[in-house]
Amino acid sequence: MSLMTEVGQKAFNLGVPIAVHIDVTYRCNERCVHCYLDHDDHGEMTTAEIKDVLDQLAEAGVFFLTFSGGEVFMRRDFFELVEYARRLMFNVKIKTNAVMIHEAEARRIRELDVDTIQISVYSHRPEVHDAITKLPHSLERTIKAIRFLREQGLRVTIANVLMTVNSSDHLGVQKLAAELGVHYTLDPTITPMMDGDTSVLALRIPGEELPEVFRNPALVASQEEFCAPPQPPSAEDLEGYSCSAGHSFCYISPYGDVFPCVQFPLPTGNIRQQKFLDIWNLSPEMKEVRSIQAKDLTVCSSCSHVSSCTRCPGLAYVEGSMRGPSTADCEKSFYRTGVPTANMLRQGLSKPRTISGNGARLIQIRPIAVPA
Amino acid sequence: MPENCIYIARSSAIAARALAGEMMVMNSADSTFFTLNEVATAIFQAADGHTPLREIVRDKICRQFDVDPVQAQADAEQFVTELSSHGILLVSNRPLASEAPQ
Repeated sequence: MSLMTEVGQKAFNLGVPIAVHIDVTYRCNERCVHCYLDHDDHGEMTTAEIKDVLDQLAEAGVFFLTFSGGEVFMRRDFFELVEYARRLMFNVKIKTNAVMIHEAEARRIRELDVDTIQISVYSHRPEVHDAITKLPHSLERTIKAIRFLREQGLRVTIANVLMTVNSSDHLGVQKLAAELGVHYTLDPTITPMMDGDTSVLALRIPGEELPEVFRNPALVASQEEFCAPPQPPSAEDLEGYSCSAGHSFCYISPYGDVFPCVQFPLPTGNIRQQKFLDIWNLSPEMKEVRSIQAKDLTVCSSCSHVSSCTRCPGLAYVEGSMRGPSTADCEKSFYRTGVPTANMLRQGLSKPRTISGNGARLIQIRPIAVPA
Repeated sequence: MPENCIYIARSSAIAARALAGEMMVMNSADSTFFTLNEVATAIFQAADGHTPLREIVRDKICRQFDVDPVQAQADAEQFVTELSSHGILLVSNRPLASEAPQ
């Protein structure tokens, strides 16, 4: 076990929020076809409010802090926030499309000792990338920014969201990442929109295409291990938890709402009304999320994949129950191993039924009304 | 360098946070990650740039922990040398302006 994993486990066991993702804005200069956000400003936290949140997070023991959005550089005070966070000695990661990063911004990021900059790239082909972002020349500007960041010696990761409209381009983006000397990650997860619209789920790549991704040696170190049939769960597996959401990780929206994860739209409280630690420690919703062990899962506890599945409780919650299955993860488990999941078997399916269209019951992230 | 003239300060390039009494420290330049035990954490927290290491060991370490003063000083110097080689601590024979907030 690496030291980092050991520390993460310690924080998990102690219930310390060691990592927090904060979206400082939902505004954006791109209009990506798969984006789940409402880009209008419904009352973002002010500079002073975010600084107060950062003070509270430091006091709560948060070490890893991710600034994201929207596009973080849409906030004119963004560097002021990063500088404040670094003075509080957070390990800072920034997620951005990098379109607004030029030489001066790259230098400032380096001066602030930001750990990593994660940048969205959808394709190595401008006509594909720009069609997804709906911003002309966005790929050109993003690549230029990556070069500026690399010239400063900064660590950059290209995040490649895989969907129907760019499914054939991930090898090209990997090659681009190698040329630029940056890391590469791929994510086939498409999330329903905040307003409840699930039409974006039609962009999810068909499950039949997942095996190609799972068998890509550049992405999966040990295919034999990764694609092996699931082992029967042990008693320890059934005592286990899905992920760090609500245990050692949480998400804060630009409006101060606190959620177990960025992909888990269960409101647990608002920082404008309560102290962060009160929400973290006392919120009934956080406590409920924390209480769920594998043995409590309605369908998945009897699934042969229960010990190896990447079941996302947030996506399950969006589908109707945080204790239920997440269809997208059932699909991944099936196409990874070829073994049907309990969720498929109970529906009599020989292959997963992909959720798309507007049929799913959804609970949405909404800003909580704050009295004037 | 006489040992009573060693001053130490935390670098501004690092991230640090205490977890259950032990300090997690990461240097963003190379992503080296450390956890410091209670004694090392006490030295790290006292690294304000203007308190000599000898005073830190005498007033913080020997008072808080049951350690031999000579051994504690030797261990502290070794610890400081190691962390300075990773850019976590700045070391000088003159007082330093601490780069990181208290």
